[in-house]
Amino acid sequence: MAGVQDSVDPERRGQVRRGLVDSLGVGLGIFPLGMALGVLVVQAGLPWWLAPALSVGIFAGSVELLLVSLLAAATPLFTIAVTVFAVNSRHVFYALSFPLHRVRRGLPRAYSVYALIDEAYATYVLIPAERLTSARIVSGQLAMQAYWVGGGLVGVLIAHTLPEPIQGFEFALVALFIVMTLDAARTRREVPSVLLAGLSVGIAILAAPDQALLAALVLYTALLTVRFFMTRRGHTEEAAAEPSVDPAGDHEGSASD
Amino acid sequence: MTDTAYLLAAVLVAGLITLALRALPFAILKPLRKSRFIQALGRWMPAGILLILAVVVFRGEIVADPGRAWAVVIAAGVTVAVHLLAKRRALLSIAAGTACYILLLAII
Repeated sequence: MAGVQDSVDPERRGQVRRGLVDSLGVGLGIFPLGMALGVLVVQAGLPWWLAPALSVGIFAGSVELLLVSLLAAATPLFTIAVTVFAVNSRHVFYALSFPLHRVRRGLPRAYSVYALIDEAYATYVLIPAERLTSARIVSGQLAMQAYWVGGGLVGVLIAHTLPEPIQGFEFALVALFIVMTLDAARTRREVPSVLLAGLSVGIAILAAPDQALLAALVLYTALLTVRFFMTRRGHTEEAAAEPSVDPAGDHEGSASD
Repeated sequence: MTDTAYLLAAVLVAGLITLALRALPFAILKPLRKSRFIQALGRWMPAGILLILAVVVFRGEIVADPGRAWAVVIAAGVTVAVHLLAKRRALLSIAAGTACYILLLAII
């Protein structure tokens, strides 16, 4: 399955197609945001090539949008470095569950890490790891970057032609994460995680409105840590109390949605 | 016009920091993969992280222009309703919610 045969392998081509299909849902959110970036770059009086340069050099949506205003104000590099660090530190948490072990070592894996945007994380943690292949994940991520870069170029064009672009496309990002949350929280098993996350984000917004995302993730991780040690203690007690009796009914299965 | 060298340096700095934040955690976690604690976190985190992202971008859209809060709430409701009633087709739900939002902003 190597060498010349690799490029015509129908199995591999099917996986690439799956990756492209995976990227469509998030693409609906990424492309308009890329357009917004292109429009902002031009409106801020910055050179048009900055839009693709940001999308290739950094490839992290929210930080790129933020950078446009920082660059237009000629912010010092050190301030930019600190801001990028603060906004992007959430990526630290993605390593805990992103299925990177399914991606082939070498260039594919390096690309997959470089292109680990929120949307790529959200797409591939929702699919069981055993159904994922390297070709599928990497082509999905390549497609996402193509939407982002392409959207940016279209945005640059729009800013040069239309006096007032249509508003509201950016809602696609909100809709995207709503839909993904609904899909991730389908089973009753996820209820504790969702409740703890809701609590975390609520507190974070009240206590640290400017750093709500990062604060919520730190708090959520802390709460999950507490949960781990509490359930582990519960499990050892349970195991001691009832040896190996299999329950007659499947509790979780009985409550279907 | 802003200096080209400054813009390129900024992209480079921001790019390297972002890459380090994405790559280092994988390197650090590698020896811990077998840890039951790390495995539990990996299993529990996705649903909650997605909810947190959803709430933060939802709030961000309202904060950006509080006068549009009602449109954000209605469009989010439409997204949820379409997703649950129309067999969870992500593309359809996202398109419906976004189209609703664009229309609401256009008619006011």
